[in-house]
Amino acid sequence: MNDLIDRTDTGSLRVAAPVAFVDVVKRFPGGTTALDGISLELAPGELVALLGPSGCGKTTALRVLAGLERADEGHILIDGVDVIGTPTNKRDIGMVFQSYSLFPHLTSLQNVEFGLRMRGVAAAERRRRAAEALELVGLDHHGARYAHQLSGGQQQRVALARALVTRPRVLLLDEPLSALDAKVRVQLREQIRGIQTELGITTVFVTHDQEEALAVADRVAVMRAGRIEQIGTPEELYARPASAFVADFVGLSNRLPGTVAEGAVIVGTQRLPLIDPAVAAGAAIALVRPEDVVFAAAGDADARPAVVLTTSFLGSLRRTRVRLDDGAELTVQHEVGRHPVPGEAVHVRLTARPVAVAPA
Amino acid sequence: MSGMPGATRTGVPTPSRLARWGILGTVGLLFAVPIVAMVEFTLRRGLEGGYSLDRWITVLTFDLGPEYRVLGQAIGNSLVLAAATVALMLVLLVPTMIVVQLKLPQLRRVLEFVCLLPISIPAIVLVVGLAPVYGVISRAAGSGVWTLALAYGIIVLPFAYRAVQSNLDAIDVITLTEAARSLGASWPTVIARVLLPNLRPGLLAGAFISVAVVLGEFTIASLLNRQNLQTALVIVQKDDPFIAVIVTLISLLVAVGLLLVIGAIGRGTTRRTS
Repeated sequence: MNDLIDRTDTGSLRVAAPVAFVDVVKRFPGGTTALDGISLELAPGELVALLGPSGCGKTTALRVLAGLERADEGHILIDGVDVIGTPTNKRDIGMVFQSYSLFPHLTSLQNVEFGLRMRGVAAAERRRRAAEALELVGLDHHGARYAHQLSGGQQQRVALARALVTRPRVLLLDEPLSALDAKVRVQLREQIRGIQTELGITTVFVTHDQEEALAVADRVAVMRAGRIEQIGTPEELYARPASAFVADFVGLSNRLPGTVAEGAVIVGTQRLPLIDPAVAAGAAIALVRPEDVVFAAAGDADARPAVVLTTSFLGSLRRTRVRLDDGAELTVQHEVGRHPVPGEAVHVRLTARPVAVAPA
Repeated sequence: MSGMPGATRTGVPTPSRLARWGILGTVGLLFAVPIVAMVEFTLRRGLEGGYSLDRWITVLTFDLGPEYRVLGQAIGNSLVLAAATVALMLVLLVPTMIVVQLKLPQLRRVLEFVCLLPISIPAIVLVVGLAPVYGVISRAAGSGVWTLALAYGIIVLPFAYRAVQSNLDAIDVITLTEAARSLGASWPTVIARVLLPNLRPGLLAGAFISVAVVLGEFTIASLLNRQNLQTALVIVQKDDPFIAVIVTLISLLVAVGLLLVIGAIGRGTTRRTS
């Protein structure tokens, strides 16, 4: 339970959030538990990303919210009303799917009109609103085209317009960018975020791409094995991961063996503060971000000798893989002005920023 | 490799142009010889020799004597049977396939097996099984010609199933359905406004091929003592083989026409889904 969900004296749910999952359990035939009692609430106008590896339950959570899967236990609330028994077509949602879902026999404009037609909106009003929605996604000149005459990015933008035109209570995005090429993906995710912010529509965005989740979401819920491992702002998840899984999944991490003692982890000669000081003492793996590893001069305190293995230019930064004298390998993230050469002898050290640890 | 004769981009050897024309010519001859022979036969004048279009004109202007009334009635019967068989296919088979595709995908192989089964069972064997069933049907619903559509519904299953299933496979039925549901569509609306328009090519192909099968069916009708075009042709042939052959050629033309329509629909589907 949380600030937005509580129970009255009679036990019924009282929910301030526009969308809430309350102890939702979903089991599939064969015994797989896709959702293991997840609870999550969204604030009005918030975009929450469900992030996790394949099979973690993120898409199932979205489908349960949409009514496309039936929850075995728990409650789904939209605007405070339990919709667990409400069919999909009565939930007043907008949804964009991973695979292209435009109706092939209808033009873009007719596709966008479809939801309005289902709600009995008059033809003239329907056409006006559909044209506006297409204009919102920058496709006002593509209304007469069929799906097969549009690119993948354009199809997803029409699908977004179709989902938004009915002014749904919640917008559900099920990996809408995963079928697109990298450049279009970045453009469209920015467009989605812009439109979502402009309209103030409460949105759930499912993705397995951590960069995408961190870029568009107000908060990110990292899922693992049907549970929410951690939920927080992108900054919180990146800087203060609650577990080794989150640290590993959100951003890159170097794994360095060390020893936990007195609220810190000792790695080589360096003492790094712990994000969670309550970690039990003993052997552990420190998870150090690449930007927390820096090149150092040979005489610097804590500098360790290493050999450059590979280096990658990534536009605004460069990542270089090095091997330490004890055989451990590290990724160093640094500015592009430095050009390490494979085989070059260098020295590296860790910055003293708090780190997460995983069991050894 | 793509520029080399006799090989495709995938490296699989293909016959040379000469071999392809040779194969096409041989197969074409195999089909053409009996058809040309039939046409030639219908044009013969008889004992006086020479050729004439008189018999064709008689048939095409419906200027046949009362002894050929059976032919008109049989054509009517076959058309009723074709319509009833197509209706059965649309009402029973198509909804079943949609339900299996959407909700019971684990039953797809079973449905496919059941639907393809009739192609491997000889019509005579089917009739042996169907005869007692038709005894019950006759007592319950009479022995109208339309009842034969129940048996025809079985024999067209393999053809109709393949036509509809290939269309179902070509569109993402599940995503389209879920998209429509999320936009507020009820189940009947999903079927009427989303699925059926996108299944139209498959339904048309299934319907046309069913019509072609029904128009050419003889064994079941004959053994169950019903009259259709093919059984009537056998009767007519005893009196006037020329007329029987002319009607056969016309029905063959209709069947070829239907197949060309199916081909055109298929090409349209490929363009739309590509």
